[in-house]
Amino acid sequence: MSERSTGTVHIEGARRVASTRADLQVSEDHHLCPGCGHPVAWRILLEVIQELSLAQRAIGVVGHGCYTNIVRMADIDFLQCLHGRAPAVATGVKRVQPQAAVFTLQGDGDMASEGLAEVLHAAARAEKITAIMLNNGVFGDTGGQMTAASVVGQRTKTSLEGRTPELHGYPVPVAELVAALPGAAYVARGAVNTAGGVAQTKRYLKRAFETQTSGAGFSLVEVLTMCPTGWFVPTAEGPGYLAESMQPTYPTGALKDLHRPA
Amino acid sequence: MTPTVVSRGTVTIDVERCKGCELCIPACPPAVLHMSTQVNHTGYRYPLLSPGCTGCQACHAVCPDYVFEVYKYDRPRVSETPPASVAAIGGAE
Amino acid sequence: MTATLLQGSRAIADSAIAAGCRFFAGYPMLPFTDLLEAMSAKMPDVGGTCINADSEIEAVNMVLGAGAAGARAATGSCGQGIALMQEAIAEAALNEVPMVVFNMARGQQDYWQATRGGGWGDYRTLTLAPKDVAEAVFHTQLLFHLADTYRAPVCLYGDYLVAHTHMSVDVGPIDFGPPPDKSWALDGTAGGTGHARQIWTWAMGRDDAPGPGPDIHWRRLAGKFAAMGDAEARYESFRCEDAEWVVVSFGTAGPFIDYVVEELRAEGLRVGSFRPITLWPFPESALFEAASRARGVLVYEVNAGQMIDDVRLALRGQVPASFIGGVSIDASGMRQGDLLTVAAIRSRVLDAIGVGSGDNG
Repeated sequence: MSERSTGTVHIEGARRVASTRADLQVSEDHHLCPGCGHPVAWRILLEVIQELSLAQRAIGVVGHGCYTNIVRMADIDFLQCLHGRAPAVATGVKRVQPQAAVFTLQGDGDMASEGLAEVLHAAARAEKITAIMLNNGVFGDTGGQMTAASVVGQRTKTSLEGRTPELHGYPVPVAELVAALPGAAYVARGAVNTAGGVAQTKRYLKRAFETQTSGAGFSLVEVLTMCPTGWFVPTAEGPGYLAESMQPTYPTGALKDLHRPA
Repeated sequence: MTPTVVSRGTVTIDVERCKGCELCIPACPPAVLHMSTQVNHTGYRYPLLSPGCTGCQACHAVCPDYVFEVYKYDRPRVSETPPASVAAIGGAE
Repeated sequence: MTATLLQGSRAIADSAIAAGCRFFAGYPMLPFTDLLEAMSAKMPDVGGTCINADSEIEAVNMVLGAGAAGARAATGSCGQGIALMQEAIAEAALNEVPMVVFNMARGQQDYWQATRGGGWGDYRTLTLAPKDVAEAVFHTQLLFHLADTYRAPVCLYGDYLVAHTHMSVDVGPIDFGPPPDKSWALDGTAGGTGHARQIWTWAMGRDDAPGPGPDIHWRRLAGKFAAMGDAEARYESFRCEDAEWVVVSFGTAGPFIDYVVEELRAEGLRVGSFRPITLWPFPESALFEAASRARGVLVYEVNAGQMIDDVRLALRGQVPASFIGGVSIDASGMRQGDLLTVAAIRSRVLDAIGVGSGDNG
């Protein structure tokens, strides 16, 4: 039996196995679009931080996008920084607070477009930070323009007929670029369009933070998220669009896992 | 004899927070969620639960709006399914 | 006092470290490069970090992160590279992260950049313009103190002469009193307690602990910069009490002007000099007081006329100001050119006050 709920309830003869709110979450009201994948990514990120006992070591460096709302919703230290620059800012934070679990949270517009130099250089320098890119192939917060990660054929506000190589070139696969650098110790790409994908992505995030805390080096997790608004699809078709249109360009999996000791 | 369904778990659904994205519907392995016909105060339809929940947390995993809490029963519960429809539970059909 | 003969860049690096600077990041660009190299050599000795970043944008953002995490952090460049850093400098002003920026400029043409700022929003960048290496050493330590006191980005306007001149200086630590509180800095430890910390230009806070939001936050900041303006103006004036003509200059032009003023005084001319030490806040009332009895103010700067805007504002139309400077760069493009000589300055002053010099410099 289900019951309408405005908070946690006690159900006789049952134990709760999943709450609406991750432990570090202070609110569920994010005002993002129906069917957006970002809140799913937020939740598993906060669960990983809690489960690895990093709540009192975590410092999040957050870029600019719809996902920036996490700063209002989670009880960990946050620095909201300039578009694209989070890996550089996180470098400064980590060098000064080396015991902290420093992560970036950026979109594809933030990391693949504006901030490609910053993430590549931070990876090359083997900074012990965890960079997280929520990749939905659009600049969602500004209304749905094309980013460096938009896939060929994708319709956006600045590629209304679909991204065409002759006009717009090809997408930038950030995870593959970073994985090619010797300084990158762990690189993975997950997707939150299915329950199985959510579980797998959470494992990747866990592994990425372990890479940092063990001192092995730079870690990156790219998370494919749904943006039905930006994709011009009904919300219920978001997961299918992600699978059919994005995953062929951005295959999921662990691309690199060096696990080098410090 | 009326057919019976075993439920190993259940969920609570915050119907007012739901934005009607329907991602939980195909995510549910035993397919015990279906969308209501009524709408909440923001105008969205919301999921309703039928008997047969296994407490697998798939709905909780994919929901972007933190609508679900998931419970596992200490002992599985058996309920009778009325023919040709599901019972209205919590919200309205 | 222990004096050591040091190149300016090295003296500034030592002074910054004496002030507690433990994070430095920069990108090579002359005449700033020597400061980066000095920091790179010295920082490991004190357990600090110096990163040779891969762009000026990267460097200033690293420094912003380091400052947000509680360190005394600094970057630098020359004007062209400082241009790339503008967004991050404004960001530090608006999210209240202390930052020291060393503009080892290629001359005096970055006055507008320093005082008007090329970033976004309502902010001011407190800027000190030393006249020589000794003053730069003092300013360096003062800047770290002011950055922490006001939680703001502040700037040293140095140049090629400051960077490359050797001078006998004492680079020991200067006591400015107890260091300002840094309980706002991010270290992760408040996570999950209900009191986690935020550094955000929009100051939105959290849903369970709302912040003031951009409107109230930015108004408070505007008030903070106004208060900084009232409290932190610095200047030096020389022989202005009975001066008919006051020559205004800044930075390394100052000693040249003072030399000419001394010469002309010895020849019977009633001239004085005024040197803003803070480019912002510009010492308006002090200049007005120093020049209000003069016949005229002569503005000497090695550029097309930038500080003269602030001079005219300060004089409120009471005393005429004329420009005796000009663009002048040497063949390398790295430093002031032939206009920055005693002979050229003397000639320009005499022409301006209507006394023939027989030699138009």
